Amino acid sequence: MANASTKEKPNTGQHLEAPRKRKRKIPTEVSIFLVLVGIAVLFEVLGWAVRGDSFLMNQQRLLIMILQVSIIGIIAIGVTQVIITAGIDLSSGSVLALTAMVTASLAQQSEYLRAVYPALTDLPWIIPLLAGLLVGALAGLVNGALIAFAMIPPFIATLGMMVSARGLARAYTDGQPVSMLTEQFTWIGSGANPVIIFLGVAVIFHIALKYTRYGKYTYAIGANPQAARVSGINVRRHLVMVYAIAGTLAGLAGVVAAARAGTGQAGMGIMYELDAIAAAVIGGTSLAGGVGRIAGTVIGALILGVMLSGFTFLGVDAYYQDIVKGAIIVAAVVVDQYRQRKRNKTA
Amino acid sequence: MATMTAENSTSSTTSDYLLEVFEARKTFPGVVALDNVQLKIRPGTVHALMGENGAGKSTLMKIIAGVYIPDQGEVRLHGKPLTLHGPLDALEAGIAMIHQELNLMPFMTIAENIWIRREPLNAIGLVDHHKMYEMTEALFERLGIDMDPQTEVRHLSVAGRQMIEIAKAVSYESDVLIMDEPTSSLADREVAHLFRIISDLRSQGKGIIYITHKMDEVFEIADDISVFRDGQFVHAAPASELTSDRIIQLMVGRQVTQMFPKEEVPIGDVVLSVKDLALEGVFENVSFDLRAGEILGIAGLVGSGRTNVAETLFGVTPASGGSIAINGQETVVSSPHQAMLRGLALLTEDRKETGLFLGLSVIENMEMAVLRDGYTKGPFVEQGRLDHECDAMKELMRVKTPSLDERISNLSGGNQQKVLIGRWLMTNPRILILDEPTRGIDVGAKAEIHKMISKFAGQGMAVIMISSELPEVLGMSDRIMVMHEGRVTGLLDRGEANQVNIMSLASSPVAPPVTEH
Repeated sequence: MANASTKEKPNTGQHLEAPRKRKRKIPTEVSIFLVLVGIAVLFEVLGWAVRGDSFLMNQQRLLIMILQVSIIGIIAIGVTQVIITAGIDLSSGSVLALTAMVTASLAQQSEYLRAVYPALTDLPWIIPLLAGLLVGALAGLVNGALIAFAMIPPFIATLGMMVSARGLARAYTDGQPVSMLTEQFTWIGSGANPVIIFLGVAVIFHIALKYTRYGKYTYAIGANPQAARVSGINVRRHLVMVYAIAGTLAGLAGVVAAARAGTGQAGMGIMYELDAIAAAVIGGTSLAGGVGRIAGTVIGALILGVMLSGFTFLGVDAYYQDIVKGAIIVAAVVVDQYRQRKRNKTA
Repeated sequence: MATMTAENSTSSTTSDYLLEVFEARKTFPGVVALDNVQLKIRPGTVHALMGENGAGKSTLMKIIAGVYIPDQGEVRLHGKPLTLHGPLDALEAGIAMIHQELNLMPFMTIAENIWIRREPLNAIGLVDHHKMYEMTEALFERLGIDMDPQTEVRHLSVAGRQMIEIAKAVSYESDVLIMDEPTSSLADREVAHLFRIISDLRSQGKGIIYITHKMDEVFEIADDISVFRDGQFVHAAPASELTSDRIIQLMVGRQVTQMFPKEEVPIGDVVLSVKDLALEGVFENVSFDLRAGEILGIAGLVGSGRTNVAETLFGVTPASGGSIAINGQETVVSSPHQAMLRGLALLTEDRKETGLFLGLSVIENMEMAVLRDGYTKGPFVEQGRLDHECDAMKELMRVKTPSLDERISNLSGGNQQKVLIGRWLMTNPRILILDEPTRGIDVGAKAEIHKMISKFAGQGMAVIMISSELPEVLGMSDRIMVMHEGRVTGLLDRGEANQVNIMSLASSPVAPPVTEH
């Protein structure tokens, strides 16, 4: 016992001192933001060198970039919450397509003779919007129920939904696009509206994760589901809720995508789920669960957008763009692993 | 701590021993698991290792089997120093270990499991299954095992798997076989079979290291016995020179000190009454009353069902039979949340597995249990009020942390434990269940936690405290319930309980006569 008590002393000194050093650590978001700035500056320099033109001083280009980011970004906000619970959602791209089909079919003009529902045309914009959100929420509920109650691993459950929802989107109109949408509906996707919706959703869920019981439980379940259960949290019900929210946001992204394109097509949103996951992971969300913030995901989505826009600006072939994008996703996970190892070391 | 002198009566020259361990020391962050430990195994003997949970037996075995590398000390096999870099080295040197937790691959056949990494190959380098089955049959014949080598392991019972593990260890033709509680899952008939196999191996000149808690087994099978306590070697002698009382005395050894003060407090009314509580296949017929201000200790070996009783009371694993009455009212507890609503709180046994949210901050760890039934306005958490209360709880529990926002993984084990106890105190429980409240934390924090538990009881809280440390149970408890293999084997009052009678109740199904020392 004597040796244990002598050990106690240096210990107390240590854990009073060590954390103080850690206090000055830069938050993850700031370092990711610096990466974003760095990439933008790199393209600026390359722009002048290669094309003799500015990359950043072009409002048009920046607007297009952020518009492109918005739809992926809305999905990524839902996916971030799923990943914080140590889950994954592969279905969001397909759910987006299914939603776009359903929402578009309820937003068609009456003068269009081949409307999906000839009796249901010229409806006020709120109806297709709500229908879209509902379809997304239902898909998310099914995901959540499969994961929480049927105990199917999230990867498999959402992989199934990814394939099925895509099939449903195609079957809905036998693969035909749904077009001739009302002006009040397409207004949702016009101008800077997608960006406003994206940022609005980001603010709402940033607050939800930080200041509500919903958010605290989400982190707790991701950090340690058993401890969460013993702390009185209804883990299953909460997981269903998180997946339903992710589905609803994929639905919202589908509505925005259909409104912006003025059409619903079954081929929309292919691979968006992977971009959304990439945005979350680049933004510092840990696939191990318990860690992640919406601000990081927004910056992560912007990094993907700047990359795409920058490569296009430089005239780099799309194939090479994908190669670099893949490398960046892997690099982000390597950084995540490194951070985790550091965490475990101090544990 | 007083170190006893090692009296090894089988003294002779070094080369007479098959395996020797000298001055082994092994530390883990914050804990000295083994210190200055020795062990000497004669060829053709069964050598039993005895000691309480945490005495260091398993650590020592893992060193011999190459799983752990010791910080200090030496292992000698046939008198020659042995350096092991991993379990494979040990196997090749002739040391095989049968692990307590079975390590077989369920979807492979018995033969594939036994000969893995050593599969016989045919002319073109593919696995020769036919030959492998023949080899297995030959091995089984030697050991008297009657099983089809082509059966997939997942179809076998736990006892069957245990036999395969043993056959596998024997197939390495090792000189030293380590068995860590091999009979824990075996029925009597299978135990007899195992003992026949062990006797055979002994007569072939092998050395068998046998870890067990079961006293009757030791005297049936062991030639020599080594006793360990608190990571130290205590005594070694031939089995014929020891009695079971003497062994228990050696195992518990230390004196009960005043380190564990339970203040005298008035005992109130019965708040929790448990009758014939059962969880199918785990424990049964657990009955006791718990009064306000009382501390009920639960003692028993790992696997005795003590933790399961706590988890069942708290609704983690709802009971399959019996009744629970709280304040005289019969009630059903089917989830932790329900238990919390009825005034229960449970500090779980494994801090890391079921207690801490390691990636989260101190305050997030502390506040998590109260969010469900309070501290919220609409969807929002009343963070201001929570900050205030958590800060007060931090002071009360004397948690040493630079701030509530510090990540909990940066705190020492003792401080983490205090945060978790604080988490439960914030729910204002009337019945506090503590499972190993001081496991793996330093002495200072331990004393503080004991003082606090005592204080809570003084304030009228009813406390159930499960602990592997007998002095702790003896010092803190008003009454002590002892469990063995899912049954209550004794309920002792503070006055009549001592280390010896608790140890005997914990290690045998029938209460043996208590001998005074």
